[in-house]
Parts: sequence; structure tokens; C-alpha cells
Amino acid sequence: MYTNILLATDGSAHSKRAIEETLKMVDPYKNHVRIDLIYVVDGETSKEDVLKYGDSHTASMKRKEKFFDTLSFIEERGMKADVIIQHGEPAETIIEYANAHEYDCVVAGSRGKNKLQTWMLGSVSHKLVKYIQAPVIVVK
Amino acid sequence: MYRAMFQEQWLSNIKGDVLAGIVVALALIPESIAFSIIAGVDPMVGLYASFCICIVIALTGGRPGMISGATGAMALLMTTLVAQYGLSYLLATTILTGILQILFGLFQLARFMKFIPKSVMVGFVNALAILIFTSQFQHFQDESPIIFVLTGLTLAIIYLFPYFNKSIPSTLVAIIVISILVITMNIEVRTVGDMGELTRTLPVLALPEIPLTIETLRIILPYALALTIVGLLESLLTASIVDDMTETESNKNQESRGQGLANIAAGLFGGMAGCGMIGQSVINVKSGGCTRLASLIAGLFLMFLIIVLGAIVVQIPMAALAGIMIMVSIGTFNWYSLTNIHKVPLTDAVIMGVTVLTVIFTHNLAYGVLAGVLLSMIVFAVKISKIRVLGLYMDEGTRKIYYVQGQLFFASVTEFLDNIDFNDELEEVVIDLTESHLWDDSAIGALDRLETKFKGKGTSVRFIGLNGESNRLLERLSSVRRNAEHS
Repeated sequence: MYTNILLATDGSAHSKRAIEETLKMVDPYKNHVRIDLIYVVDGETSKEDVLKYGDSHTASMKRKEKFFDTLSFIEERGMKADVIIQHGEPAETIIEYANAHEYDCVVAGSRGKNKLQTWMLGSVSHKLVKYIQAPVIVVK
Repeated sequence: MYRAMFQEQWLSNIKGDVLAGIVVALALIPESIAFSIIAGVDPMVGLYASFCICIVIALTGGRPGMISGATGAMALLMTTLVAQYGLSYLLATTILTGILQILFGLFQLARFMKFIPKSVMVGFVNALAILIFTSQFQHFQDESPIIFVLTGLTLAIIYLFPYFNKSIPSTLVAIIVISILVITMNIEVRTVGDMGELTRTLPVLALPEIPLTIETLRIILPYALALTIVGLLESLLTASIVDDMTETESNKNQESRGQGLANIAAGLFGGMAGCGMIGQSVINVKSGGCTRLASLIAGLFLMFLIIVLGAIVVQIPMAALAGIMIMVSIGTFNWYSLTNIHKVPLTDAVIMGVTVLTVIFTHNLAYGVLAGVLLSMIVFAVKISKIRVLGLYMDEGTRKIYYVQGQLFFASVTEFLDNIDFNDELEEVVIDLTESHLWDDSAIGALDRLETKFKGKGTSVRFIGLNGESNRLLERLSSVRRNAEHS
């Protein structure tokens, strides 16, 4: 049973699908499940967010707020949930975090708005599959 | 304690900082040269600036891990000064800019930066991006069409090379490839050497040769002020971005002071004014740099490269530099502000637009910020001046109570008085200010006028629900009340 799950998200509608699929997967024993959402802020996002919100404090507060709905969505279904916000290159940071903690499995959404982005960003999920020690589920 | 701080701020991450410093130095060369050309000075002026600023800011700045140097924003402010008065006036302006920035730091004026709204900041970076982009057009004039191919190739390398290797700056790879191409195939295009001299010597300390008169000050002060504000604006924005990327705090006043000292040093050693570099700082943190050592290494390695590679640098084709500047402008432009424009309030979009347009027409980023801030203030005053007044008759029409909702100040008093019916025949008028706030003399004046008018008709007036601050203001300023009490 996968009870301790790390779920990589970028806060987009697309990664919501990964969450829904995970919920489906653990539904029979959902009361034992704990899902940690991990969101990685890269350099470009830092730049955009600071410009958008004025300073680093407001930006990090807004980022947490962004996950309130998702967290309560998961909690309403009887699971424990938390969000972990890290800074750095998405793939490397998620791999490092996943390997430093004991998770039963890691779920990642394969993002991509168009062909080009699928080709480029698909490399993140590829890296996760390759370097994370725990089983990795990629939700297409 | 100092020892611990020294350890922390210099030696806690030696390997990462040295590597990142080297990467930054490599990426600084093309940008410093290109920004010099935008300003209209020899490439050395920008390179000396980046060298001096990197080293001085490493020692005195408030945000370890941030990279400063010659920037596009500053270069764009200098063009007319350089064109009209020449390099020595630019150096004097740079020193004066440094002095003003130190004063900003000493008097802790960084906190006034909060009066610059986000929409103005976004307009500022967008305008900056557009100006950097348009300033590249000159390199395409009177040039064989091959330059489009070379520039296109530069951009292709810059954007595609990171998929093969992320640790070598792709701008540097682009420059090397294009230079080799141009040299080996003997392609006739303009090079850095055509734009100005590149002396392979260390900068020397010298006071700029200008007459020390009021007339000189009158020429350089407006430029220095604009450079001061734009420099601090971009530096503090960069500092906030580095804060966010590294999840650490920084001292913004120390940073302002550091920027000042760095610019004085730059001016004295023949460099142009500079400031925090967003792009380079992001590169630095991404490459693993996070302490003061990274900036120091970047500065030293930059100078080393110039002295060793000076002869090669002059052969870099302008087409490659133009490509890099186009990349810089694309990276600087806040695309999110365009894709998101239908979601933000219309006024914010307009303020952003006005900031951008002002810059494009005046070619001065400082004017754009000023116009944007002024317009924001007016918009805010208009928005907050909306006041709602609801009048209700009581006691069979002998009394009337007005509920006031909103801020009462100079911009809202007219609307407030328009909503009061002075033709009513009443015994008493009650003004309920529970959901209002009196802000200034105009507000008190309006209440006085209201009271006088009604009293003239034999109607008594009562104000209720004033909050503490409004009450104190009323007691201090109201003439009617005072006169009434005296009589």
C-alpha cells in the first residue's frame, strides 16, 4: 500500500489531474494516506513572482495560498495533506527531496501545453523516473 | 562574532561560489560590451564598471549572492549625456550618482520605494526591454544582409544550447561560434573593434577632467538623480529576487550604500554607473553562487579575461552582441503582464501602458517611473474619493440623519456636499461618520461649511461616530466649533 506519497505539482490545472488520479489510486484505504505536495520555485518564477507581488515575503505567502484549495480538497476526502515549497531547479530539487525522505511512491504530472513544451518539459518527469529511488508514477 | 560572519558571508560555499563567479564573469563580458555600446562609450568603460562594481559590492553590499555591474537600464539613461558632453562628464555623473545613493542609504530612503506601485515596476521593466531591443536596430543599418543570419544563429545557439549543457553560459558559446565563423569565413561585418578601443590594461584611478563649477553640476545633476533612482530601483528589485531564490533576508539600506560606493569606485576608475543585474544574479544563484565570494571572483576573473583575451574580444562581431541583447530584452520583458492583461484592473493596465509609452517617447526610464507614480496617485485618489451618503428622515420629518461611507478628504468633499440637501426645513441634522474617516483640512472645511449653512437656517447639526483620529483633527481645525464655544 502506498500510504506516504510525494506529489510533484506546479499549481497548474494540469497537475490537478495528477492529484485526482492519485486520489483514485488510494481511495480504498484513503484514511491511512498522507500526501505531501511539492512545489519548486525556479529562478524565472522567483523573478516573475517578486515583480508581481513586490517582495519575497508576499510572494511566498501567495504561493502558500495558492495551495489552500487543493489541500482542503484532499483533506475533505479524509487524507492528510501538506505542501512543501522549495527553491531551485524543479527536477533536481524534487529528486533531492524525494530521496532524502522516505516516501512509498512519487507522483508527477507530465506537463505540457503544446507539442514543443511536452518535448521540453517532459524531460522533468523523465529525470524523476530515472533518479528517484522510490517508485515513480507519471500521470499523463 | 565578526569572524563567524566572515566565515558565513565569504567562505561557507567556496566551491559553488568560485564556479558561479567564473560563469558570471564569462556571461558579463558580452553584456558589459553591449551596454557600453548602447551608452555610446568604448567597451572598456562598461568592462571597467562591471569589474569595479563586482568587487566593491562584494565587500560592501547588503545582498550576498547578488551580481551588479554595467546594466542596460543605466546605459540607456546616459546616451544623451555622452553624446552631448562626452566621457569625462559621464564619469563625474557616475561619482555623483554614487554619492546620492549613499545618501539614500544613510537616510534609509529605500523604504520610499514602496510608493512605486507594482504596475509601474512592470511598466519599467517592459520599457527597459523595449529600449534594449530597439537600440539594437543601429547594428543592422548599412550592413550586409548576412547580419540577419548571424544574429538568428546567435539566438538559436543561445536558446538551444542549454538542452545539451546547462553549466556553460550559452551566450558565451554563441559568441565564440559566431566569432570563429566570421573570422574563418572572412565575412565582412562590423566588430567590437569598430565600435571603440579596447585597452588591455588595469583601470587606473583618476578624477574626471571636468570644470568644477555650478554649470557642470547643473548639467550632471539631473542625470545623476535619474541614475540614482533607476539604479536603486533595479538593485532592490534584484535583491528581492535573490532573497526569494535563496530564501534568505538582505539588508536593503546596506545595499543602497554599497551600490553608492561601487559607483564612486567605478567613476574614479573610468567605468560607467551600474546597478544590480537581474539576469546575472539569477545565473549566479542557479550556478551555485550564494555568498560575497561569488561577486568578488566574478569581478577578478572578468578583469583577468580582458587582459588575456583582449585581442580576441575586439574581433567579436556586432551581430553576435545584437543577438545577445535581443535575448536580454526578451528575458527582461514581463510576458506575464501581457498574457494577464485582461485580468488585472483596467487602471493598472493603463498605468503600466503610460509608464512604457512615456519611456519610449522620452527615452528616459526615470520619467516613465515618475509619470507612472503620479498617475497611480491620481487614480488612487479618484478611486478612494468615492463616497456614499444616505439621508433618512426621522421623527416625522423634523430630523434627518446622513450616513456617510468612505474617506473624506480634498478629493471627496465636493461629492459629499452635493449629497446633502440644504433646502430641507429641519430641526436637527445628524451626520453619522462611523464608516468614514476625516483626513485633512478640506474635510474639516466641508463639515464647517455644512454646519454654518444649516445653522444659518436655524437647524442644529450633530456629528456622531467619529473615530479617534478624525475627532482629534476636527477639534484641532474646526473654526466653527471654536467660535461657537467662544461666543
